[in-house]
Amino acid sequence: MTQHLGMPRQASWAEDAVREAEAEGPHIGAEHRSREQQVLDRIDRARARRPRVKEPRITLAHGAGGKATHNLIDAIFLEAFRNPELEQMSDAASLQVGQARLAFTTDSYVVSPLFFPGGDIGDLAVNGTVNDLAMSGARPLVISAGFILEEGFPTEDLRRIVASMAAAATAAGVQIVTGDTKVVQRGKGDGCYINTAGIGVRERPIELNAANARPGDAILVSGPIGDHGITVMLARGELDISADIVSDTAPLHDLAATLLDAVDGVRMMRDATRGGVATILNEVAVASQAAVVLDEAAVPVRPEVMGASELLGIDPLYVACEGRFVAIVDGAQATPALEALRSHPLGAGSAIIGRVVEDPPGLVLLKTTFGGTRIVDMLVGDPLPRIC
Amino acid sequence: MRFVDEFRDAGKARMLSTRIAGLCEPGRRYKFMEVCGGHTHTIYKHGLEDYLPETVSLVHGPGCPVCVIPMGRLDDAIAIAEQPDVIMTTFGDMMRVPGGRGSFYDANAAGADIRMVYSPLDSLKIARANPDKRVVFMAIGFETTAPSTAMTVLRAAAEGLENFSVFCNHVTIIPAIKAILDSPDLRLDGFIGPGHVSAVIGCRPYEFISREHRKPLVCAGFEPLDILQSVHMLMTQLAEGRAEVENQYARVVPYNGNPKALKVIGETMRLRPHFEWRGLGFIAQSALQLNERYERFDAEKIFAVPGVRVADPKACQCGEVLKGVLKPWECKVFGTACTPETPIGTCMVSSEGACAAYYNFGRFTRDRVKEATRA
Repeated sequence: MTQHLGMPRQASWAEDAVREAEAEGPHIGAEHRSREQQVLDRIDRARARRPRVKEPRITLAHGAGGKATHNLIDAIFLEAFRNPELEQMSDAASLQVGQARLAFTTDSYVVSPLFFPGGDIGDLAVNGTVNDLAMSGARPLVISAGFILEEGFPTEDLRRIVASMAAAATAAGVQIVTGDTKVVQRGKGDGCYINTAGIGVRERPIELNAANARPGDAILVSGPIGDHGITVMLARGELDISADIVSDTAPLHDLAATLLDAVDGVRMMRDATRGGVATILNEVAVASQAAVVLDEAAVPVRPEVMGASELLGIDPLYVACEGRFVAIVDGAQATPALEALRSHPLGAGSAIIGRVVEDPPGLVLLKTTFGGTRIVDMLVGDPLPRIC
Repeated sequence: MRFVDEFRDAGKARMLSTRIAGLCEPGRRYKFMEVCGGHTHTIYKHGLEDYLPETVSLVHGPGCPVCVIPMGRLDDAIAIAEQPDVIMTTFGDMMRVPGGRGSFYDANAAGADIRMVYSPLDSLKIARANPDKRVVFMAIGFETTAPSTAMTVLRAAAEGLENFSVFCNHVTIIPAIKAILDSPDLRLDGFIGPGHVSAVIGCRPYEFISREHRKPLVCAGFEPLDILQSVHMLMTQLAEGRAEVENQYARVVPYNGNPKALKVIGETMRLRPHFEWRGLGFIAQSALQLNERYERFDAEKIFAVPGVRVADPKACQCGEVLKGVLKPWECKVFGTACTPETPIGTCMVSSEGACAAYYNFGRFTRDRVKEATRA
């Protein structure tokens, strides 16, 4: 039997964290606010602190798309590479080359399993990069493809993956114009990883940015959310649950262009990949220093996705999509924007899911179907399996 | 969604809300403890407090299984996971819980192999697939999850699976409720009883609460209307001067419990003389370990476990939060040194922990939000 006797040991890391937070001290004007509000203000200040990576090693949480990922990017990558373009932290960098306005982006794909209902790592790798370009308002032109293959990987599987990349590129109207291949020893990779980068041309005189959102704006989503993430989680076969759903992976450039053609009040678009709709809206709330209010009943979620999410204890708002985007649009143009999205086959399930208000700045609030209110924060929970 | 929507009907919620308000005596404040972390999660996830009058408050109790595990036990688990050829399995909630030397994630990053499973039986699959490894399931939870651990041990014994063991941290709910009732700094008007635990142990074990302490308890389900209805039942008892054990969750909870589940626990486990609870200290006969018949599956017998206590940081007030004496935001380190991404206390980790629920879902004051969400 284990005996817990004698003087307890101290957890030194925790004592350090407490000392550090105490060093911030009390806040001026504190006496005028309720005690709870003072605590909330203190938290806001703690959240505004410059992010740091305290962990001595990379953990899976650093790749989960939540707060740990943001900290890693801010404290390590942005710190080292800092420049005005990167600081925008958008899906694609916008570059001026001579007369041409270009968009440039890159993304890596490590999904497991490689093949899942509705798609595979190949079309994911093409669509993902096409979508990052499309979300910046650009027309995708060319992409690159880098492969990291594991010794022993079946050639036939590679053929299948490459065939679906070719098909996806044709469908999106882009060409794969350069590439790279590396093979690593058995056990040093997981079959096949793909990196793609893409260049698009920005033909519209617009700057889409999360910071553009302002009170009165409407929030739209281009279809039911969470299909991709749930499909892949179920396809892993670890959960003994099956459901009749397929990944939503799709190229969004045409749908995005349809929206931009229809209304001129689009503030920003962002495809809801890792971290889901909730993560994007948190970025909007922080960047625009406004509040986002969502109406849970208006958020389109398929019953299968809702059911699986309930069972797994996850919230569909955080589940990845690979063929849906969130658009913030001038409130006065919400209806024409919705009509434009719904007129396109990929946007048939679009909906207005909320609006931007002034207060409390930086927060995403959800009016629950039940009739209550809660916060929708950045994801901190446990990293979900590799889904993209 | 079928089978769920009917328990989330806003119209019915408004009706119950009006009835609850009608039962409030002028000038009286009501304090009910929801014992179970699952209830805490539901309350915040659906914004249920918006339906309660300001004079009725819910206090979050000690029933979050992750929250009550002391740091020392985590260090013990990591020490086992660091042994050669060990694969440790546990529920996802445990992965980020900080011990004295970091969390399971940190242990994995340093070379351990700790995996998330959805059911203890998945550990057996891993054990069968890896005959040259030693698979240790870190079992946590109240009577809710103890039967599935017990079943897993019985299955392993039947299969003769010798490379599987359990690091048992199962705790029992009644001693924790007793500790709360004996605590002098908390005055409660009644309890919302834990639904899942009660599905195993039934309602009878709570009868001492009404008999000896003259407090009502209502066993409640986990949908928001379940909880609202339970509050209504508690308020009705108080208005009528009753203090009884009632069962709101009869669709799942048999008053006398689940004899099969109790039988497998009895077959495989016995009470420990004492067990340390995070924030509550040592509580006699409050936890389970494998009994002599199955001790060959007991990881504490197989591996050398350091068994060193780790003190909670002095500023961490998990104990007060677990006992319901403090609201999460009243803790000195809440939201500053202790956040969901770098938790100090366990209450900040699990989705069932009171601090995590408040931080993630309720971190605002009511008046500002009413303004923001006005249609």
